[in-house]
Amino acid sequence: MELLVSDANFASGSRWLLFHAVAVFAFLYLPIAVLILYSFNREGVGGFPPRHLTLDWYRTLFADGPIWDSVLNSLQVAFAAMVISLTFGVPAALALDRAQFPGKAVFRRLVLLPLILPGIITGLSLLMLFNGMGTKLSLMTIVLGHGTALISVATTEVFAGLQKLDRAQEEASLDLGANYWQTFWRITVPNLKLPIIGAALLIFTLSMDEIAVSFFLIGRDNTLPLEIWGRLRRGITPEINAVSTIIFGFSLVAIVLWYRLRVRGEGAIEGGSK
Amino acid sequence: MTMTSAADAGSRAPLLSIRKVAKHFGRNVVLRDISLDVAEGEFLTILGESGSGKTTLLRIIAGFERASAGELWMGEERLDRQPPYRRRVNTVFQNYALFPHLTVEQNVAYGLRVAKRPEAEIASRVEEALDKVKMAAYAKSKPSRISGGQQQRIALARALVNRPRLLLLDEPLSALDANLRRQMQVELKSLQREVGISFIFVTHDQEEAMVMSDRIALLRSGELEQVATPREIYGRPATAYAAQFIGHTNLLKCEVRGGMVRCAPLSWSAALPDGPALFSLRPENIRMTTASTTIAGSVRVRGKVSHQAFHGATELIRVECRDGLVLVVRTPGGGGALDEVELEFCSTDAVLVRESLVRESPGRESLVRESAERI
Repeated sequence: MELLVSDANFASGSRWLLFHAVAVFAFLYLPIAVLILYSFNREGVGGFPPRHLTLDWYRTLFADGPIWDSVLNSLQVAFAAMVISLTFGVPAALALDRAQFPGKAVFRRLVLLPLILPGIITGLSLLMLFNGMGTKLSLMTIVLGHGTALISVATTEVFAGLQKLDRAQEEASLDLGANYWQTFWRITVPNLKLPIIGAALLIFTLSMDEIAVSFFLIGRDNTLPLEIWGRLRRGITPEINAVSTIIFGFSLVAIVLWYRLRVRGEGAIEGGSK
Repeated sequence: MTMTSAADAGSRAPLLSIRKVAKHFGRNVVLRDISLDVAEGEFLTILGESGSGKTTLLRIIAGFERASAGELWMGEERLDRQPPYRRRVNTVFQNYALFPHLTVEQNVAYGLRVAKRPEAEIASRVEEALDKVKMAAYAKSKPSRISGGQQQRIALARALVNRPRLLLLDEPLSALDANLRRQMQVELKSLQREVGISFIFVTHDQEEAMVMSDRIALLRSGELEQVATPREIYGRPATAYAAQFIGHTNLLKCEVRGGMVRCAPLSWSAALPDGPALFSLRPENIRMTTASTTIAGSVRVRGKVSHQAFHGATELIRVECRDGLVLVVRTPGGGGALDEVELEFCSTDAVLVRESLVRESPGRESLVRESAERI
């Protein structure tokens, strides 16, 4: 009897949990769904429910020069930021994993700090630095801003990869006659391929939609998020919905790719240590 | 066979000479004063419990660790100053350490590729090596797709293909199950005879060491206890630890006075100086007897059987004698339940051994535990 009661309790409890899960999911994704839906609505952002579906807003969007300029700017910034953060982040990860130096624990925490630091602080401090140096604000300053802010992403991702790497493999390579440099390129780097690609994708995506740091360091040329933000002040047009939908699509692809790489990487490691 | 090759080994110049090697990590002493020669073509096993320093010694030979003191010589060449990639020494790692991003074939070819051998030579040598370990069919597989035993063979092929002068094996069989392990012991030994390369094999398994080795170097707490052939080390253990670690034994704490060895209720004559002495007496050297006459040189004692352990072909029985003496005796199995027995052994089978002192902390040394407790 007791068992039945507790069973019933359990069943109602799980029903509540299900409801809760659906609610959370709706809370997260309903706005995005609405945004996407209205990019196809002829009446624009007003009028519910949407009556006439159209691709007009996409046509307007593709004819819109400034938007595409900002997209191009953003792509350039994201690519350059990716190169900068990997260039500094990968050696930092290697140093954290291998080198022994005084203050290593502090260094490790400091490298990760920009990741949790509010963008406002990073942006403001860089702005003050550039002002002090008399540097003119431009896309270049944004690149430097993103590059430094995202080094921590490169470092954490690659450091995690290094931690999983079996050091005996590198010893085996030395044992088989490869010197340290050959071992690095033939064994260490191939084993870090997935974490590095993963970090690159993540940095690219984060830079593409970064607002806070960009806001402080922006010169004459807009990045895409700032262009959108600027237009929103003049009212929401479905064109914005259209461009957001496209960004959403690309981000989704990038994140799925990154996730699959990650899963595959873990699978390979497990298989290898079996 | 084993005896002759060991005798040969002694007469030739050593391939590897380990001279007074010591290693400490901070204040933790891992190895002290290790001197050991390895002969050309010899199968030498470094045997020891975990923490005895055996893997560290192997890593010093391979070049992954630097000795804190001492030298390594390979012929005329000072080995310990060379980086690992310049030593003509290859290693089979405990977990094989195959490269997961390379195929079996590429794994085996790695050393030759790095040495920039011509592709045609690489192809033929890799094929030969894979044939030798019966893995040619798996050349294109990734290491994650093959079993542990197969990975083990690839690790062997990958090392041997470089024709090292010395092969180091770090507990390579410990990850395999018992049956496969016995099979690999035989295969490994015959492979070693075939290629004629010196092997240094590290293990904690005394049975494995006995089966495979030309010589065993018994390592304990960073020091060599005894280096000898399996037969010598079993028949003539140098220390109490060696006697106990390899096979079962009875350790007899005796007192010598006036040419007589006394260990109440036992006594026999021996030409030894007065003082305390420790003897090892193997259980199979003690017989149960019913004869009334005593043979010259034999020692007799009566006792009560307190425990019988059946091992198939033989049986180990524990006999409690007078004055608290406990003897473990190996008898042919199938004798049924025993009670009061008369035991006899030949005094020459009692081997004088050195006491093994345990270093737990400085200043506190104690005798190793009594052997009878192990049964």
